[in-house]
Amino acid sequence: MKATVVVKLKEGVLDPQGETIRRALNKLGHPVQSVRQGKYFELEFDDPPDAQRLEEISRAVLSNPIIENFFIEDNLPERHGAQSRGAKREK
Amino acid sequence: MPTTEILKQHNLSAEEYGRIVSVLGREPNLTELGIFSVMWSEHCSYKSSRAHLKRLPTRGPQVIQGPGENAGVVDLGNGLAVAFKIESHNHPSFIEPYQGAATGVGGIIRDIFTMGARPIALMNSLHFGIPFAGDRGPKPETRDGKPDARLSSNQMILEGVVAGIAGYGNCIGIPTVGGQVVFHSCYDSNPLVNVFCLGTATKDGIFYGRATGPDNPVIYVGARTGRDGIHGATMASAEFGEDSKEKRPTVQVGDPFLEKLLLEACLEAMQSGAVLGIQDMGAAGLTCSTCEMGSRAGTGIEIDLALVPQREPGMSPYDIMLSESQERMLLVAEKGREHAVLDIFRKWDLEAVVIGKVTSDGMLTVRDQGAIVAHIPNHSLTEEAPVYTRPTREPEHIRAARPLAESEIPQPLDYNSLVLDFISQPNLCSRRWIFRQYDHMVRTNTCLLPGHDAAVIRVKEAETLALAMSLDGNPHYCHLNPRQGALLAVAEGCRNLACVGATPVAATNCLNFASPENPEVMWQFVETIEGMKQGCEYFGTPITGGNVSFYNETAGRGVYPSPVVGMVGTLDRRQMVSAGLKDPGDILILLGETRAELGASEYSRFVLGQDRGPAPAIDLAAEKALHDLLRVLAAQRLLKSAHDCSDGGLLLTLLEKTLLSQDLGCHVTLQTELRPDVFLFSESQSRAVISCEKNSLELALSLCRRMDVPGRPIGEVVPHALRLSAAGKLLIDMKIAAVRAAWCSALEDAFRA
Amino acid sequence: MKIGVVIFPGSNCDHDTYYVAKEVFGQECVFLWHRDRTLPEVDLVILPGGFSYGDYLRCGAIAKFSAIMDRIRQFAAGGGLVLGICNGFQILQEAGLLPGVMLRNRGLKFICDFVHIRVERNDLPATLGCRQRQVLRLPIAHNEGSFYADPELLARIESNRQVLFRYCDGQGNVSDEANPNGSLHNIAGVANEAGNVFALMPHPERASEMALGSDDGKYLFQSLAQWAENRISASAQ
Repeated sequence: MKATVVVKLKEGVLDPQGETIRRALNKLGHPVQSVRQGKYFELEFDDPPDAQRLEEISRAVLSNPIIENFFIEDNLPERHGAQSRGAKREK
Repeated sequence: MPTTEILKQHNLSAEEYGRIVSVLGREPNLTELGIFSVMWSEHCSYKSSRAHLKRLPTRGPQVIQGPGENAGVVDLGNGLAVAFKIESHNHPSFIEPYQGAATGVGGIIRDIFTMGARPIALMNSLHFGIPFAGDRGPKPETRDGKPDARLSSNQMILEGVVAGIAGYGNCIGIPTVGGQVVFHSCYDSNPLVNVFCLGTATKDGIFYGRATGPDNPVIYVGARTGRDGIHGATMASAEFGEDSKEKRPTVQVGDPFLEKLLLEACLEAMQSGAVLGIQDMGAAGLTCSTCEMGSRAGTGIEIDLALVPQREPGMSPYDIMLSESQERMLLVAEKGREHAVLDIFRKWDLEAVVIGKVTSDGMLTVRDQGAIVAHIPNHSLTEEAPVYTRPTREPEHIRAARPLAESEIPQPLDYNSLVLDFISQPNLCSRRWIFRQYDHMVRTNTCLLPGHDAAVIRVKEAETLALAMSLDGNPHYCHLNPRQGALLAVAEGCRNLACVGATPVAATNCLNFASPENPEVMWQFVETIEGMKQGCEYFGTPITGGNVSFYNETAGRGVYPSPVVGMVGTLDRRQMVSAGLKDPGDILILLGETRAELGASEYSRFVLGQDRGPAPAIDLAAEKALHDLLRVLAAQRLLKSAHDCSDGGLLLTLLEKTLLSQDLGCHVTLQTELRPDVFLFSESQSRAVISCEKNSLELALSLCRRMDVPGRPIGEVVPHALRLSAAGKLLIDMKIAAVRAAWCSALEDAFRA
Repeated sequence: MKIGVVIFPGSNCDHDTYYVAKEVFGQECVFLWHRDRTLPEVDLVILPGGFSYGDYLRCGAIAKFSAIMDRIRQFAAGGGLVLGICNGFQILQEAGLLPGVMLRNRGLKFICDFVHIRVERNDLPATLGCRQRQVLRLPIAHNEGSFYADPELLARIESNRQVLFRYCDGQGNVSDEANPNGSLHNIAGVANEAGNVFALMPHPERASEMALGSDDGKYLFQSLAQWAENRISASAQ
């Protein structure tokens, strides 16, 4: 079972790296309006973890909740519905 | 009249609100209320401390600029000057250790280059909760016998703070050359992060934060304004509750790369001659820089917020005025020459915009697309801000203090294992793991690597001049006797400088305390000022600036009174002395008198696990004589090494002298009436251990006699081993390599996880 | 010899390098601005240490697009000497002028400390004044200095004898204990195949005066000056 987690800075929190990359891109002639840099994690499990655990991993370890949000992408079944693929949850 | 809820959010009392109404002659709008609240916060107004700070000596023939500007400036002679200051970033570092510490470094660097000085050295004084439990000695209290979560919390804070300091300082290319790290459980959830920066300038190239000349353009440069740290200044002025980690999402993020560009561009712009005044936007951002620059010059400033570069849409005047986005500066240029200034910033890829002008009405006038959104007299925000003389009361723990009796400390059975345990204590072990993360060599001026009594930086512009600097403060002494603790911090700073061969010229201070609304804390503060005043007057080292940080408490638990003294001095770099032993056969001399003073010592805490007094005594004349002697010995090239005795006493001095050498040790024989452990661990002041060549021993001792400093040979430098005996008994006999392994690995192991 | 020291936004060893080249070793020295589209007559271009563009994205990744890098590529192609120090090394790698890439130090921490490096060949301009296998004591100061190349490239670097320096102990033994950052094969410095472009992670400019703890950096600067002098006298003949 594989889950991916993307961590990025919250809206409004300065991203010096993204800003610098944007300026460099503009200078090279690429009309990019804004760049936000984040981190991407791939987690592999033997047994599918429950959504709660994935969230805890993302919140407590992979991200710094003071300045960062995270997105979990997994193929876990939703707890209450029939939908089962590509759930994307933003926290 | 706003609701009490709104006033509370702004940390304003009903009386203070009444004062605002009478200043304005009307009710303030929300933007104005925000402006008053940050400027009248403890952090910006020093309302609880101002009345007392006035008693500190701040003047001297060497002082070009004392407190009240972005940094103090001192004359070095030959047309050179040095600007330096220390500042706290305690509260932000607790909330987000990396960014809190990083932006602290960024802020103090701006304070220095704002004065027209090029920053050449950084130091820091860090206080944390205990990060690991030694095998003996004080352990953080445990709950239910479970492993204490505070250890890992303290480790995380330390790791983040150190990484933040390194991340910012290394990137911008200013070496972090020294400092101090202190551990005690009172800093659990109350870390102290004090950062010091020093820069050099030409005496005629100093700039001030003054908005002079009506009609001159006001220029905004650097990063765009975002919703960063809105209310940072009021946050730093309120104590934390358990929920504060949740409550504050708006953490400032530092951009050291942008600040590097800003630093180079500002220094270049100042060289152009078109800049008249400059100030950084730190706490309280645009608000503070505009009203302070106007107030200092007796002028007004008018700006239009629509012209301010903004990072995100929809920001209100309140947001823009109170934003604490980093890496921004406010300049006043000469009218007609603003384009010269703007071009320089463009060269460095920086945004620079004229956002307003200087006026003659003494008002801070803030417009948004032309419409006035705030209109406040500058003086009312600055020098006419409230001043409080808060009540004081001697703390119970001092009134009821029971002095430590020698009999309470059992004599050690095995000194060899004691040495290994003692040197692995958090407060005594090597800080190499920390300072290896700091670039301490960039700029190629660092003459002494971190770990010495003081840092020494050469000044390339002068042929033989070097600057020595140290940060000192012993909160354990201050807890038991704040007046004495502050006095001893000044004395130790001067002693540290003397050990490397330097003469102190001036000082800066950072005063970290718990809530001033607690009369016991206020008493400690007032006593601290008295002790510092006495020391600075005696040693001729005026305080040229600094910072007060109150409200260092979480959930009702406050920090010990923790004043930090940053001492700066000068030396002829050809006469610099380092601490490590140099050659086998050299003779060790102990300078100064050792008394039975285990009170407040590192050793008594190690054995008893508690702080018991009294703090050591000091004879200022004897202290001064020691400093003079050290400098005379250095000037006559008699010193091969020198290191003072402080935390951990004589034993730690001896150990550090061996550890700072290339695998040299020593044979030492103690002759004393005192118990050997008392002699070894006493923290009697005004002492140092020096080494000199055998054939210059007589000359050195005769100088001791002439300058009235007790000096006696205690042993000899030998290869590889440490042997120490007293009263015919061999107490310590060990290989230096074993001591080094314990000393170096203690901190590193704790973080290896 | 005439030296050009490049200033990128975020360079912070530019002035140190200039100072040492000029004041300590008495060479003619000029600064080059990253936007320059021409290169003055110089014998050696130095890409100094620092954090060009904050080391954002990847170390050296943005600096490689600077206008001056095109000129430096031409200069190198024509046989001109190019020296990269620390961040300059990373920029040369990103620009494709030197092989390999720098990963984060294996301890995941920035390291500022003195290390020893061993001279692996002394027939190149940067080291001709060194003894073969000479051990130099120089400081490092970096967060991303762990030299990496895939096995094939690494083998090629070795067989071409492109390794200029390896981390070692004080006696010149190349060992894992003496490897501060996890560099493959303890590589601390490399050259291109032609030998005119070279770089090292340690900072020779920080160790060129005894007042700062070591003057072993002089071997590099003096080698380069010697090489330039030899070339001038050779072309005069």
